[in-house]
Amino acid sequence: MNYNWNWGVFWAPSPDGAGTYFDMLLAGLQWTIVTAICSWLIALCLGTVVGIARTTGSRWMLLAGNAYIELFRNIPLLVQLFLWYFVVPELLPVQLGNWVKQLTYGAFYTAVIGIGLYMSARVATQVTAGISALASGQRMAGLAMGLTKAQVYRYVLLPQGFRVILPPLTSEFLNTIKNTSVALTIGLAELTARARAMQEFTFQVFEAFITAAALYVALNIVVTLLMRYIERRMTVPGLVAGG
Amino acid sequence: MKSMSRMAKAVLFVSFVATPTMALAAGTLDKIKETGKITIGHREASIPFSFLDQNQKPVGFANDICLTIAEAVKEHLKLDKLEVVLTPVTSATRIPLIANGTVDLECGSTTNNLERQKQAAFTNTHYLTANRFVAKKDSGLTTFEDLAGKTVASTSGTTNIVQLNNYNAEGKRGITIIPVKDHAEGFLMVETGRAAAFVMDDILLSGLVAGSRSPSDYALSEDALSKPEPYGIMLRRDDPEFKAVVDAATAKLYTSPDMQTLYAKWFLSPIPPRGLTLNVPLGEALAKAFANPSDSADPDSY
Repeated sequence: MNYNWNWGVFWAPSPDGAGTYFDMLLAGLQWTIVTAICSWLIALCLGTVVGIARTTGSRWMLLAGNAYIELFRNIPLLVQLFLWYFVVPELLPVQLGNWVKQLTYGAFYTAVIGIGLYMSARVATQVTAGISALASGQRMAGLAMGLTKAQVYRYVLLPQGFRVILPPLTSEFLNTIKNTSVALTIGLAELTARARAMQEFTFQVFEAFITAAALYVALNIVVTLLMRYIERRMTVPGLVAGG
Repeated sequence: MKSMSRMAKAVLFVSFVATPTMALAAGTLDKIKETGKITIGHREASIPFSFLDQNQKPVGFANDICLTIAEAVKEHLKLDKLEVVLTPVTSATRIPLIANGTVDLECGSTTNNLERQKQAAFTNTHYLTANRFVAKKDSGLTTFEDLAGKTVASTSGTTNIVQLNNYNAEGKRGITIIPVKDHAEGFLMVETGRAAAFVMDDILLSGLVAGSRSPSDYALSEDALSKPEPYGIMLRRDDPEFKAVVDAATAKLYTSPDMQTLYAKWFLSPIPPRGLTLNVPLGEALAKAFANPSDSADPDSY
Protein backbone atom coordinates (compact mmCIF):
# COMPACT_ATOMS: atom_id res chain seq x y z
CA MET A 1 0.00 0.00 0.00
CA ASN A 2 1.33 3.38 -1.01
CA TYR A 3 0.64 5.20 2.23
CA ASN A 4 2.88 7.76 3.86
CA TRP A 5 2.84 6.93 7.58
CA ASN A 6 3.59 9.94 9.70
CA TRP A 7 2.95 9.60 13.42
CA GLY A 8 4.82 12.83 14.00
CA VAL A 9 1.84 14.65 12.56
CA PHE A 10 0.30 14.67 16.05
CA TRP A 11 2.90 17.17 17.21
CA ALA A 12 2.34 19.48 14.25
CA PRO A 13 0.24 22.57 14.98
CA SER A 14 -3.39 22.12 13.99
CA PRO A 15 -4.93 24.78 11.74
CA ASP A 16 -7.46 25.80 14.39
CA GLY A 17 -4.58 27.49 16.19
CA ALA A 18 -5.36 25.89 19.56
CA GLY A 19 -2.25 23.69 19.71
CA THR A 20 -1.17 20.44 18.10
CA TYR A 21 -3.31 17.82 16.41
CA PHE A 22 -3.00 15.74 19.56
CA ASP A 23 -4.41 18.62 21.58
CA MET A 24 -7.21 18.76 19.07
CA LEU A 25 -8.08 15.11 19.67
CA LEU A 26 -7.82 15.56 23.45
CA ALA A 27 -10.21 18.50 23.30
CA GLY A 28 -12.56 16.21 21.40
CA LEU A 29 -12.14 13.53 24.07
CA GLN A 30 -13.19 16.07 26.70
CA TRP A 31 -16.42 16.78 24.82
CA THR A 32 -16.98 13.04 24.52
CA ILE A 33 -16.55 12.58 28.27
CA VAL A 34 -18.73 15.52 29.29
CA THR A 35 -21.47 14.56 26.85
CA ALA A 36 -21.37 10.92 27.94
CA ILE A 37 -21.58 11.78 31.66
CA CYS A 38 -24.43 14.26 31.25
CA SER A 39 -26.35 11.87 28.98
CA TRP A 40 -25.77 9.04 31.41
CA LEU A 41 -27.17 11.05 34.33
CA ILE A 42 -30.35 11.73 32.35
CA ALA A 43 -30.52 8.09 31.25
CA LEU A 44 -30.12 6.82 34.83
CA CYS A 45 -32.69 9.19 36.37
CA LEU A 46 -35.39 8.80 33.71
CA GLY A 47 -34.62 5.14 33.16
CA THR A 48 -35.03 4.42 36.87
CA VAL A 49 -38.35 6.26 37.04
CA VAL A 50 -39.74 4.53 33.95
CA GLY A 51 -38.31 1.19 35.01
CA ILE A 52 -39.99 1.45 38.42
CA ALA A 53 -43.25 2.61 36.84
CA ARG A 54 -43.45 -0.64 34.91
CA THR A 55 -43.25 -2.72 38.08
CA THR A 56 -45.76 -0.91 40.28
CA GLY A 57 -48.61 -3.17 39.18
CA SER A 58 -50.64 -0.27 37.78
CA ARG A 59 -51.81 -1.08 34.26
CA TRP A 60 -51.66 2.54 33.15
CA MET A 61 -48.14 3.00 34.39
CA LEU A 62 -47.10 -0.19 32.66
CA LEU A 63 -48.65 0.97 29.39
CA ALA A 64 -47.10 4.43 29.66
CA GLY A 65 -43.72 2.93 30.51
CA ASN A 66 -43.90 0.50 27.60
CA ALA A 67 -44.91 3.29 25.22
CA TYR A 68 -41.95 5.38 26.40
CA ILE A 69 -39.52 2.53 25.89
CA GLU A 70 -40.84 1.54 22.48
CA LEU A 71 -40.78 5.17 21.33
CA PHE A 72 -37.18 5.86 22.26
CA ARG A 73 -35.80 2.40 21.65
CA ASN A 74 -37.32 1.80 18.22
CA ILE A 75 -36.17 4.97 16.47
CA PRO A 76 -32.50 5.03 15.43
CA LEU A 77 -30.43 7.39 17.55
CA LEU A 78 -29.28 9.28 14.46
CA VAL A 79 -32.88 9.99 13.47
CA GLN A 80 -33.74 11.04 17.02
CA LEU A 81 -30.88 13.55 17.13
CA PHE A 82 -31.98 15.04 13.80
CA LEU A 83 -35.55 15.31 15.08
CA TRP A 84 -34.42 17.05 18.27
CA TYR A 85 -32.04 19.35 16.47
CA PHE A 86 -33.90 20.34 13.33
CA VAL A 87 -37.59 19.50 13.78
CA VAL A 88 -38.39 20.25 17.43
CA PRO A 89 -37.33 23.96 17.30
CA GLU A 90 -39.69 24.43 14.33
CA LEU A 91 -42.61 23.09 16.38
CA LEU A 92 -42.02 25.53 19.24
CA PRO A 93 -43.48 29.06 19.27
CA VAL A 94 -41.36 31.19 16.90
CA GLN A 95 -39.59 33.21 19.61
CA LEU A 96 -38.79 30.24 21.78
CA GLY A 97 -37.69 28.31 18.69
CA ASN A 98 -35.33 31.10 17.67
CA TRP A 99 -33.90 31.26 21.17
CA VAL A 100 -33.24 27.52 21.09
CA LYS A 101 -31.62 27.79 17.66
CA GLN A 102 -29.26 30.54 18.80
CA LEU A 103 -28.00 28.72 21.92
CA THR A 104 -24.20 28.70 21.96
CA TYR A 105 -23.91 25.04 22.87
CA GLY A 106 -27.05 23.97 21.03
CA ALA A 107 -25.48 20.83 19.60
CA PHE A 108 -24.20 19.81 23.04
CA TYR A 109 -27.56 20.26 24.81
CA THR A 110 -29.34 18.46 21.99
CA ALA A 111 -26.87 15.59 22.10
CA VAL A 112 -27.16 15.25 25.89
CA ILE A 113 -30.96 15.20 25.77
CA GLY A 114 -31.19 13.00 22.69
CA ILE A 115 -28.65 10.41 23.81
CA GLY A 116 -29.90 10.62 27.40
CA LEU A 117 -33.49 9.81 26.41
CA TYR A 118 -32.43 7.08 23.99
CA MET A 119 -30.30 5.40 26.64
CA SER A 120 -32.96 5.93 29.35
CA ALA A 121 -35.22 3.51 27.48
CA ARG A 122 -32.49 0.89 27.66
CA VAL A 123 -31.80 1.62 31.35
CA ALA A 124 -35.54 1.37 32.06
CA THR A 125 -35.73 -2.18 30.72
CA GLN A 126 -32.73 -3.11 32.87
CA VAL A 127 -34.27 -1.57 35.98
CA THR A 128 -37.54 -3.39 35.35
CA ALA A 129 -35.64 -6.62 34.82
CA GLY A 130 -33.63 -6.08 38.00
CA ILE A 131 -36.75 -5.56 40.13
CA SER A 132 -38.62 -8.42 38.46
CA ALA A 133 -35.70 -10.73 39.11
CA LEU A 134 -36.25 -10.45 42.85
CA ALA A 135 -38.44 -13.04 44.54
CA SER A 136 -42.01 -11.72 44.81
CA GLY A 137 -41.83 -12.54 48.52
CA GLN A 138 -39.49 -9.57 49.00
CA ARG A 139 -42.17 -7.06 48.05
CA MET A 140 -44.88 -8.88 50.00
CA ALA A 141 -42.72 -9.17 53.10
CA GLY A 142 -41.96 -5.47 52.97
CA LEU A 143 -45.61 -4.54 52.68
CA ALA A 144 -46.54 -7.00 55.43
CA MET A 145 -44.05 -5.29 57.73
CA GLY A 146 -46.03 -2.10 57.32
CA LEU A 147 -43.72 -0.28 54.92
CA THR A 148 -45.40 1.97 52.40
CA LYS A 149 -45.02 1.17 48.71
CA ALA A 150 -42.41 3.91 48.36
CA GLN A 151 -40.49 2.54 51.32
CA VAL A 152 -40.58 -0.98 49.90
CA TYR A 153 -38.94 0.35 46.73
CA ARG A 154 -36.45 2.55 48.57
CA TYR A 155 -35.31 0.04 51.19
CA VAL A 156 -36.05 -3.40 49.75
CA LEU A 157 -36.44 -3.57 45.97
CA LEU A 158 -34.14 -0.91 44.52
CA PRO A 159 -31.02 -1.66 46.60
CA GLN A 160 -31.21 -5.31 45.54
CA GLY A 161 -32.42 -4.66 42.00
CA PHE A 162 -29.61 -2.23 41.23
CA ARG A 163 -27.03 -4.67 42.49
CA VAL A 164 -28.43 -7.27 40.10
CA ILE A 165 -28.17 -4.97 37.10
CA LEU A 166 -24.82 -3.29 37.80
CA PRO A 167 -22.95 -5.38 35.18
CA PRO A 168 -25.45 -4.67 32.36
CA LEU A 169 -25.53 -1.03 33.45
CA THR A 170 -21.77 -0.92 32.90
CA SER A 171 -22.39 -2.02 29.33
CA GLU A 172 -25.04 0.63 28.91
CA PHE A 173 -22.67 3.30 30.17
CA LEU A 174 -20.06 2.13 27.66
CA ASN A 175 -22.75 2.26 24.97
CA THR A 176 -23.53 5.83 26.01
CA ILE A 177 -19.89 6.79 25.55
CA LYS A 178 -19.76 5.21 22.12
CA ASN A 179 -23.11 6.70 21.11
CA THR A 180 -21.80 10.22 21.70
CA SER A 181 -19.98 9.83 18.38
CA VAL A 182 -23.37 10.11 16.64
CA ALA A 183 -23.49 13.70 17.91
CA LEU A 184 -20.92 14.67 15.29
CA THR A 185 -23.80 14.66 12.81
CA ILE A 186 -25.32 17.68 14.52
CA GLY A 187 -21.98 19.44 14.76
CA LEU A 188 -20.67 18.50 18.20
CA ALA A 189 -16.86 18.53 17.90
CA GLU A 190 -16.31 15.35 19.93
CA LEU A 191 -13.58 12.78 19.46
CA THR A 192 -14.78 11.17 16.23
CA ALA A 193 -15.52 14.55 14.69
CA ARG A 194 -11.99 15.73 15.57
CA ALA A 195 -10.46 12.60 14.06
CA ARG A 196 -12.42 13.25 10.88
CA ALA A 197 -11.34 16.88 10.86
CA MET A 198 -7.74 15.84 11.38
CA GLN A 199 -7.78 13.42 8.42
CA GLU A 200 -9.40 16.13 6.33
CA PHE A 201 -6.59 18.58 7.09
CA THR A 202 -3.63 16.24 6.96
CA PHE A 203 -4.85 13.26 4.90
CA GLN A 204 -3.29 11.05 7.63
CA VAL A 205 -6.46 8.96 7.86
CA PHE A 206 -5.08 5.92 9.62
CA GLU A 207 -3.12 7.80 12.28
CA ALA A 208 -6.18 9.90 13.13
CA PHE A 209 -8.64 7.04 13.46
CA ILE A 210 -6.23 4.60 15.13
CA THR A 211 -5.52 7.20 17.80
CA ALA A 212 -9.20 8.01 18.24
CA ALA A 213 -9.90 4.28 18.61
CA ALA A 214 -7.12 3.95 21.20
CA LEU A 215 -8.55 6.88 23.17
CA TYR A 216 -12.03 5.31 23.12
CA VAL A 217 -10.64 1.98 24.32
CA ALA A 218 -8.64 3.68 27.09
CA LEU A 219 -11.68 5.66 28.23
CA ASN A 220 -13.89 2.58 28.24
CA ILE A 221 -11.31 0.56 30.18
CA VAL A 222 -11.21 3.28 32.83
CA VAL A 223 -15.01 3.22 33.06
CA THR A 224 -15.08 -0.59 33.23
CA LEU A 225 -12.51 -0.63 36.05
CA LEU A 226 -14.45 2.05 37.88
CA MET A 227 -17.68 0.10 37.60
CA ARG A 228 -15.93 -3.10 38.73
CA TYR A 229 -14.74 -1.21 41.78
CA ILE A 230 -18.25 0.03 42.50
CA GLU A 231 -19.60 -3.51 42.05
CA ARG A 232 -17.06 -4.83 44.58
CA ARG A 233 -17.80 -2.05 47.07
CA MET A 234 -21.54 -2.68 46.78
CA THR A 235 -21.39 -6.42 47.26
CA VAL A 236 -23.49 -7.63 50.15
CA PRO A 237 -21.95 -10.84 51.50
CA GLY A 238 -24.27 -13.76 51.04
CA LEU A 239 -26.51 -12.01 48.53
CA VAL A 240 -26.44 -13.77 45.18
CA ALA A 241 -27.18 -10.51 43.44
CA GLY A 242 -23.95 -9.03 44.73
CA GLY A 243 -21.83 -11.62 42.93
CA MET B 1 7.49 -0.13 29.96
CA LYS B 2 8.89 -3.41 28.75
CA SER B 3 5.89 -4.15 26.56
CA MET B 4 5.93 -0.58 25.29
CA SER B 5 9.45 -0.89 23.93
CA ARG B 6 8.59 -4.23 22.39
CA MET B 7 5.72 -2.56 20.59
CA ALA B 8 7.96 0.25 19.44
CA LYS B 9 10.34 -2.34 18.01
CA ALA B 10 7.48 -4.03 16.22
CA VAL B 11 6.41 -0.75 14.70
CA LEU B 12 9.96 -0.03 13.58
CA PHE B 13 10.29 -3.50 12.12
CA VAL B 14 7.06 -3.19 10.19
CA SER B 15 7.98 0.20 8.81
CA PHE B 16 11.42 -1.03 7.65
CA VAL B 17 9.99 -4.12 6.02
CA ALA B 18 7.04 -2.31 4.54
CA THR B 19 8.85 0.65 2.98
CA PRO B 20 10.82 -1.17 0.25
CA THR B 21 7.75 -3.23 -0.72
CA MET B 22 5.83 -0.02 -1.23
CA ALA B 23 8.53 1.41 -3.44
CA LEU B 24 8.61 -1.76 -5.51
CA ALA B 25 4.85 -1.86 -5.98
CA ALA B 26 3.95 -1.93 -9.66
CA GLY B 27 3.03 1.41 -11.20
CA THR B 28 -0.56 2.27 -11.96
CA LEU B 29 0.02 2.02 -15.72
CA ASP B 30 1.29 -1.56 -15.38
CA LYS B 31 -1.68 -2.43 -13.24
CA ILE B 32 -4.12 -0.95 -15.76
CA LYS B 33 -2.45 -2.78 -18.62
CA GLU B 34 -2.54 -6.05 -16.75
CA THR B 35 -6.15 -5.85 -15.59
CA GLY B 36 -7.62 -3.90 -18.51
CA LYS B 37 -9.41 -1.78 -15.93
CA ILE B 38 -9.10 1.76 -14.61
CA THR B 39 -10.99 2.72 -11.47
CA ILE B 40 -12.39 6.20 -11.00
CA GLY B 41 -13.47 7.32 -7.54
CA HIS B 42 -16.54 9.54 -7.64
CA ARG B 43 -18.46 11.55 -5.04
CA GLU B 44 -22.18 11.36 -4.46
CA ALA B 45 -23.13 14.98 -3.96
CA SER B 46 -20.29 17.21 -5.10
CA ILE B 47 -22.34 19.29 -7.51
CA PRO B 48 -21.42 19.93 -10.34
CA PHE B 49 -18.06 18.13 -10.10
CA SER B 50 -19.09 14.61 -9.28
CA PHE B 51 -22.55 13.51 -8.21
CA LEU B 52 -25.35 11.06 -8.93
CA ASP B 53 -27.98 11.87 -11.55
CA GLN B 54 -31.63 10.77 -11.47
CA ASN B 55 -30.61 7.24 -12.49
CA GLN B 56 -28.00 7.08 -9.68
CA LYS B 57 -25.29 7.21 -12.32
CA PRO B 58 -22.16 9.24 -11.45
CA VAL B 59 -21.84 12.32 -13.65
CA GLY B 60 -20.18 15.72 -13.42
CA PHE B 61 -17.50 18.09 -14.62
CA ALA B 62 -14.64 16.21 -12.92
CA ASN B 63 -16.19 12.90 -13.95
CA ASP B 64 -16.07 13.97 -17.63
CA ILE B 65 -12.44 15.03 -17.22
CA CYS B 66 -11.60 11.63 -15.75
CA LEU B 67 -13.30 9.83 -18.64
CA THR B 68 -11.08 11.84 -20.99
CA ILE B 69 -8.05 10.82 -18.92
CA ALA B 70 -9.12 7.16 -19.13
CA GLU B 71 -9.36 7.50 -22.91
CA ALA B 72 -5.83 8.96 -23.00
CA VAL B 73 -4.49 6.13 -20.82
CA LYS B 74 -6.09 3.63 -23.20
CA GLU B 75 -4.34 5.28 -26.15
CA HIS B 76 -1.03 5.51 -24.31
CA LEU B 77 -1.07 1.80 -23.48
CA LYS B 78 -2.39 0.95 -26.95
CA LEU B 79 -5.21 -1.10 -25.48
CA ASP B 80 -8.15 -2.23 -27.61
CA LYS B 81 -10.48 -2.08 -24.70
CA LEU B 82 -10.29 -0.36 -21.30
CA GLU B 83 -13.01 -0.94 -18.76
CA VAL B 84 -13.81 2.12 -16.65
CA VAL B 85 -14.96 1.17 -13.16
CA LEU B 86 -16.73 3.84 -11.09
CA THR B 87 -16.39 3.49 -7.33
CA PRO B 88 -18.02 5.83 -4.81
CA VAL B 89 -15.67 7.49 -2.30
CA THR B 90 -16.24 9.87 0.61
CA SER B 91 -13.93 12.42 2.14
CA ALA B 92 -12.90 9.82 4.74
CA THR B 93 -12.38 6.90 2.35
CA ARG B 94 -10.66 8.59 -0.58
CA ILE B 95 -7.14 8.47 0.86
CA PRO B 96 -7.12 4.80 1.94
CA LEU B 97 -8.74 3.77 -1.36
CA ILE B 98 -6.19 5.68 -3.42
CA ALA B 99 -3.30 4.42 -1.25
CA ASN B 100 -4.27 0.74 -1.37
CA GLY B 101 -4.88 0.77 -5.12
CA THR B 102 -8.67 0.37 -5.14
CA VAL B 103 -9.10 3.72 -6.87
CA ASP B 104 -6.72 5.14 -9.50
CA LEU B 105 -8.20 8.62 -9.93
CA GLU B 106 -10.31 10.58 -7.47
CA CYS B 107 -12.56 12.92 -9.39
CA GLY B 108 -14.41 15.41 -7.29
CA SER B 109 -13.79 18.66 -5.51
CA THR B 110 -10.65 17.86 -3.53
CA THR B 111 -8.53 20.89 -2.67
CA ASN B 112 -4.90 20.59 -3.69
CA ASN B 113 -2.59 21.84 -0.94
CA LEU B 114 0.98 21.17 0.18
CA GLU B 115 -0.03 19.32 3.33
CA ARG B 116 -2.09 16.86 1.31
CA GLN B 117 0.62 16.38 -1.32
CA LYS B 118 2.55 14.40 1.28
CA GLN B 119 -0.14 11.77 0.91
CA ALA B 120 -1.35 12.00 -2.69
CA ALA B 121 -0.47 13.58 -6.02
CA PHE B 122 -2.68 16.00 -7.92
CA THR B 123 -2.95 16.62 -11.63
CA ASN B 124 -3.62 20.00 -13.26
CA THR B 125 -6.11 22.23 -11.48
CA HIS B 126 -9.64 21.92 -12.84
CA TYR B 127 -11.33 24.56 -10.71
CA LEU B 128 -10.57 27.52 -8.45
CA THR B 129 -12.81 28.35 -5.56
CA ALA B 130 -12.83 31.06 -2.90
CA ASN B 131 -14.19 30.98 0.65
CA ARG B 132 -17.47 32.93 0.79
CA PHE B 133 -20.75 32.73 2.67
CA VAL B 134 -24.38 32.36 1.72
CA ALA B 135 -27.13 34.17 3.62
CA LYS B 136 -30.78 34.97 3.17
CA LYS B 137 -31.19 38.11 1.06
CA ASP B 138 -33.56 39.72 3.58
CA SER B 139 -30.88 39.44 6.28
CA GLY B 140 -28.90 42.17 4.51
CA LEU B 141 -25.59 40.37 5.09
CA THR B 142 -23.30 41.02 2.13
CA THR B 143 -19.71 41.16 3.44
CA PHE B 144 -17.75 39.31 6.11
CA GLU B 145 -17.76 42.52 8.20
CA ASP B 146 -21.54 42.11 8.55
CA LEU B 147 -21.15 38.76 10.29
CA ALA B 148 -19.87 40.33 13.55
CA GLY B 149 -21.88 39.02 16.49
CA LYS B 150 -23.85 36.56 14.35
CA THR B 151 -24.13 32.79 14.46
CA VAL B 152 -22.43 31.30 11.44
CA ALA B 153 -22.11 27.70 10.27
CA SER B 154 -19.27 26.05 8.38
CA THR B 155 -18.43 22.44 7.62
CA SER B 156 -16.17 20.87 10.23
CA GLY B 157 -12.76 19.70 9.11
CA THR B 158 -12.50 22.10 6.18
CA THR B 159 -9.99 24.87 5.58
CA ASN B 160 -13.01 27.14 5.32
CA ILE B 161 -13.89 26.82 9.00
CA VAL B 162 -10.24 27.35 9.95
CA GLN B 163 -10.09 30.58 7.97
CA LEU B 164 -13.36 31.66 9.57
CA ASN B 165 -11.98 30.85 13.04
CA ASN B 166 -8.85 32.88 12.36
CA TYR B 167 -10.81 35.79 10.92
CA ASN B 168 -13.04 35.78 13.97
CA ALA B 169 -10.18 35.52 16.46
CA GLU B 170 -7.91 38.16 14.99
CA GLY B 171 -10.61 40.83 14.67
CA LYS B 172 -12.46 39.93 17.90
CA ARG B 173 -15.66 39.93 15.88
CA GLY B 174 -17.71 37.80 18.28
CA ILE B 175 -18.97 35.41 15.62
CA THR B 176 -20.44 32.22 17.05
CA ILE B 177 -19.20 29.45 14.77
CA ILE B 178 -21.17 26.22 14.54
CA PRO B 179 -19.35 23.32 12.89
CA VAL B 180 -21.67 21.14 10.80
CA LYS B 181 -21.19 17.65 9.42
CA ASP B 182 -21.66 18.35 5.72
CA HIS B 183 -22.57 21.07 3.25
CA ALA B 184 -26.23 20.10 2.98
CA GLU B 185 -26.56 20.45 6.74
CA GLY B 186 -24.77 23.79 6.71
CA PHE B 187 -27.26 25.13 4.22
CA LEU B 188 -30.11 23.66 6.26
CA MET B 189 -28.82 25.72 9.20
CA VAL B 190 -29.32 28.90 7.19
CA GLU B 191 -32.65 27.71 5.79
CA THR B 192 -34.04 26.99 9.26
CA GLY B 193 -32.54 30.12 10.82
CA ARG B 194 -30.16 28.27 13.14
CA ALA B 195 -27.32 30.20 11.51
CA ALA B 196 -27.30 33.57 9.79
CA ALA B 197 -24.78 32.45 7.20
CA PHE B 198 -22.95 29.37 5.94
CA VAL B 199 -19.28 29.75 5.05
CA MET B 200 -17.95 27.43 2.32
CA ASP B 201 -16.34 27.21 -1.13
CA ASP B 202 -18.35 29.53 -3.36
CA ILE B 203 -19.04 26.95 -6.06
CA LEU B 204 -20.50 24.55 -3.51
CA LEU B 205 -22.68 27.38 -2.17
CA SER B 206 -23.90 28.12 -5.70
CA GLY B 207 -24.85 24.47 -6.04
CA LEU B 208 -26.74 24.48 -2.74
CA VAL B 209 -28.59 27.69 -3.62
CA ALA B 210 -29.55 26.40 -7.07
CA GLY B 211 -30.90 23.24 -5.47
CA SER B 212 -32.86 24.97 -2.70
CA ARG B 213 -36.61 25.45 -2.60
CA SER B 214 -36.40 29.15 -3.48
CA PRO B 215 -33.00 30.02 -4.98
CA SER B 216 -33.92 33.72 -5.29
CA ASP B 217 -34.05 34.07 -1.48
CA TYR B 218 -30.30 33.55 -1.06
CA ALA B 219 -27.23 35.55 -1.98
CA LEU B 220 -23.49 34.88 -1.83
CA SER B 221 -21.17 37.32 -0.06
CA GLU B 222 -19.48 40.02 -2.11
CA ASP B 223 -16.05 39.46 -0.58
CA ALA B 224 -14.11 36.26 0.07
CA LEU B 225 -11.99 35.10 3.03
CA SER B 226 -9.32 33.51 0.88
CA LYS B 227 -7.57 33.64 -2.41
CA PRO B 228 -9.01 31.14 -4.88
CA GLU B 229 -7.86 27.63 -3.96
CA PRO B 230 -7.25 24.94 -6.60
CA TYR B 231 -9.26 21.74 -6.94
CA GLY B 232 -7.35 18.85 -8.48
CA ILE B 233 -7.95 15.26 -9.49
CA MET B 234 -6.08 13.06 -7.05
CA LEU B 235 -3.86 10.09 -7.89
CA ARG B 236 -1.33 7.89 -6.09
CA ARG B 237 1.89 9.57 -5.06
CA ASP B 238 5.32 8.46 -6.25
CA ASP B 239 4.05 7.26 -9.62
CA PRO B 240 5.64 9.69 -12.10
CA GLU B 241 4.83 7.60 -15.19
CA PHE B 242 1.12 7.58 -14.52
CA LYS B 243 1.13 11.24 -13.45
CA ALA B 244 2.87 12.22 -16.70
CA VAL B 245 0.14 10.56 -18.78
CA VAL B 246 -2.61 12.12 -16.67
CA ASP B 247 -0.98 15.56 -16.72
CA ALA B 248 -0.56 15.43 -20.49
CA ALA B 249 -4.18 14.33 -20.97
CA THR B 250 -5.60 17.06 -18.76
CA ALA B 251 -3.32 19.74 -20.26
CA LYS B 252 -4.44 18.75 -23.75
CA LEU B 253 -8.11 18.90 -22.73
CA TYR B 254 -7.89 22.17 -20.73
CA THR B 255 -6.17 24.09 -23.54
CA SER B 256 -8.50 22.79 -26.24
CA PRO B 257 -11.81 24.48 -27.18
CA ASP B 258 -13.57 21.37 -25.85
CA MET B 259 -12.93 22.70 -22.35
CA GLN B 260 -15.16 25.72 -22.97
CA THR B 261 -17.94 23.38 -24.08
CA LEU B 262 -17.37 21.14 -21.07
CA TYR B 263 -17.42 24.14 -18.72
CA ALA B 264 -20.63 25.47 -20.27
CA LYS B 265 -22.21 22.02 -20.00
CA TRP B 266 -21.82 21.89 -16.21
CA PHE B 267 -21.75 25.52 -15.06
CA LEU B 268 -24.00 27.39 -17.49
CA SER B 269 -26.59 24.83 -18.60
CA PRO B 270 -29.27 22.84 -16.78
CA ILE B 271 -27.73 19.84 -15.01
CA PRO B 272 -29.30 16.68 -13.62
CA PRO B 273 -31.00 15.52 -11.49
CA ARG B 274 -33.50 18.39 -11.50
CA GLY B 275 -32.46 20.48 -14.47
CA LEU B 276 -31.05 23.34 -12.37
CA THR B 277 -28.60 25.86 -13.79
CA LEU B 278 -25.72 27.02 -11.60
CA ASN B 279 -25.00 30.04 -13.79
CA VAL B 280 -21.40 30.54 -12.71
CA PRO B 281 -19.53 32.16 -15.63
CA LEU B 282 -15.90 31.23 -16.26
CA GLY B 283 -13.76 33.59 -14.19
CA GLU B 284 -10.58 35.28 -15.32
CA ALA B 285 -8.29 33.32 -13.01
CA LEU B 286 -9.78 29.99 -14.01
CA ALA B 287 -9.60 30.85 -17.73
CA LYS B 288 -5.90 31.53 -17.16
CA ALA B 289 -5.50 28.25 -15.28
CA PHE B 290 -7.03 26.41 -18.23
CA ALA B 291 -4.79 28.22 -20.74
CA ASN B 292 -1.67 27.40 -18.69
CA PRO B 293 -2.43 24.11 -16.94
CA SER B 294 -0.70 23.84 -13.57
CA ASP B 295 -0.74 21.41 -10.66
CA SER B 296 0.54 24.01 -8.22
CA ALA B 297 -1.01 24.05 -4.75
CA ASP B 298 -0.11 27.70 -4.23
CA PRO B 299 -3.13 30.05 -4.55
CA ASP B 300 -0.77 32.89 -5.43
CA SER B 301 0.26 31.21 -8.66
CA TYR B 302 -3.22 31.51 -10.17
